[in-house]
Amino acid sequence: MLMEKASAGMWRKIDTRYNLIGSECQKCDALYFPPRIICRNCGRDTKMVPKKLSGKGTVYSFTTIRVPSDAFKESAPYNVAVVALEEGPKVEGHVIESGKKVEIGTKVKTVFRKMYVDGEEGLIHYHFKFEAL
Amino acid sequence: MREVAIIGVGLTRFGERWEHGLRDLMAEAGLNALNDANISSDDIEMLYGGVMASGRFVGQEHIAALLADQLGFKNIPAVRVENACASGGTALRQGYITVASGIHDIVAVGGVEKMTDVTTSEATTALGGAGDQEWELAQGITFPGLYALMAKRHMHDYGTTEEQMAAVAVKNHKNAVKNKYAQFHKEITMEEVLRSKMVADPLKVFDCSPISDGAAAIILAPLEMAKKFNDTPIKILASTQATDSLSLAERESITGLRATQIAAEKAFSQAKLKPKDINLVEVHDCFTIAEILAIEDLGFYRKGKAAKATADGETALNSKLSVNTSGGLKGCGHPVGATGVKQAVEIAMQLRGEAGERQVSGAEIGMTHNVGGSGATAVVHIMKRIN
Repeated sequence: MLMEKASAGMWRKIDTRYNLIGSECQKCDALYFPPRIICRNCGRDTKMVPKKLSGKGTVYSFTTIRVPSDAFKESAPYNVAVVALEEGPKVEGHVIESGKKVEIGTKVKTVFRKMYVDGEEGLIHYHFKFEAL
Repeated sequence: MREVAIIGVGLTRFGERWEHGLRDLMAEAGLNALNDANISSDDIEMLYGGVMASGRFVGQEHIAALLADQLGFKNIPAVRVENACASGGTALRQGYITVASGIHDIVAVGGVEKMTDVTTSEATTALGGAGDQEWELAQGITFPGLYALMAKRHMHDYGTTEEQMAAVAVKNHKNAVKNKYAQFHKEITMEEVLRSKMVADPLKVFDCSPISDGAAAIILAPLEMAKKFNDTPIKILASTQATDSLSLAERESITGLRATQIAAEKAFSQAKLKPKDINLVEVHDCFTIAEILAIEDLGFYRKGKAAKATADGETALNSKLSVNTSGGLKGCGHPVGATGVKQAVEIAMQLRGEAGERQVSGAEIGMTHNVGGSGATAVVHIMKRIN
């Protein structure tokens, strides 16, 4: 049930999720991912515009999930990280297995991958993940 | 604004309470609090109930009216307070505000969670709702995973070790042995913590608080009326709260909780006190790393210094600063909605000198620190005994 709800959020923000589109405040240049309607610094006194991010960044922190939620049972254990994107915002996501060691400071880029499947006959959900460079 | 005092406290034993449902647990703790305050159900004017996820755990919403009815508080206004794992602490703050404002005199604050009627997997999913559902949980980052990300960065920046984190679990289990309300009455060794199953590196099973049933209750009154009910009312010197982004990624730093830092600064300012004035503190140790972050963020230790201090025994019972004398969330158990209220009950018992074997000698001023999620909400209270 929980993942179905999350799935709705998944589809609503499909542009953002598939193309890594954040938002930028036209007044203070603050950059947000996920995109925000209201700037944290300027409140309503500005305009926010979409901004595509490069997907390149550095691992800020990481862990290996060994006890997953039901939706990710097939994938465990898997690495997740907080990545500081080169444009500024930090993003959380999976780091794919590529044989390269992941540590704080590892350079990564986004790749498009399968995230999870809604049961045997369900939809396959895709999302950006990170790969060590 | 009126001064506010705690005039009655009550708890249930925490743990797997399969023989009792949510309503029974709340009634048990409430009855203990009414007896403690020596007050009638008819005297209660309003109820705040801290409950995080009763809809998921027992399928029951509309919980405040149910609790008021079960507690025998006939037809009074009742409100549920939900702020994830800080639901209880926030409920206490709402009670404080209500009495301070003068709208009601005698207010009951309850906190309860019944978590063991569902599978561990369902409970974990329900608790996951405390983080950012769309951008963390749906990405496969579990709740322990969030604290693991904080721990990893803290280890990187300050050299914090797995042994130092394990020292939190060892200490809190030791305190819990002396608490009859605690879920665990068994000391554990550092070896056992370090050898326990890895959940999300570097956090192992014994770094995590358990899934628990339990309830806690507090009766509040204006300080000027408190002596009528109780010889040792506990005055609330400060009640503060702050928020932050739900997701870790949207915070400037993850080696501390900004919400805790702000709530603590405000609390010390309201109480006109400094960290050195505090004799004991109940902090939100949902994971061992969380206790280390907490005693830094509250101002007891500089950033990066708390892990070593903990391993050196500075936070043990009756040491430099007694931290989590109840056993904390780790040893006493963590029925999420109840936790914030239980923390205040523990401080009240300590300040009255009624904590038995785990009594902090000369306890005059105590503090509670209750966190929601991975730090999007923090609630801080400071309390003092009035003779």
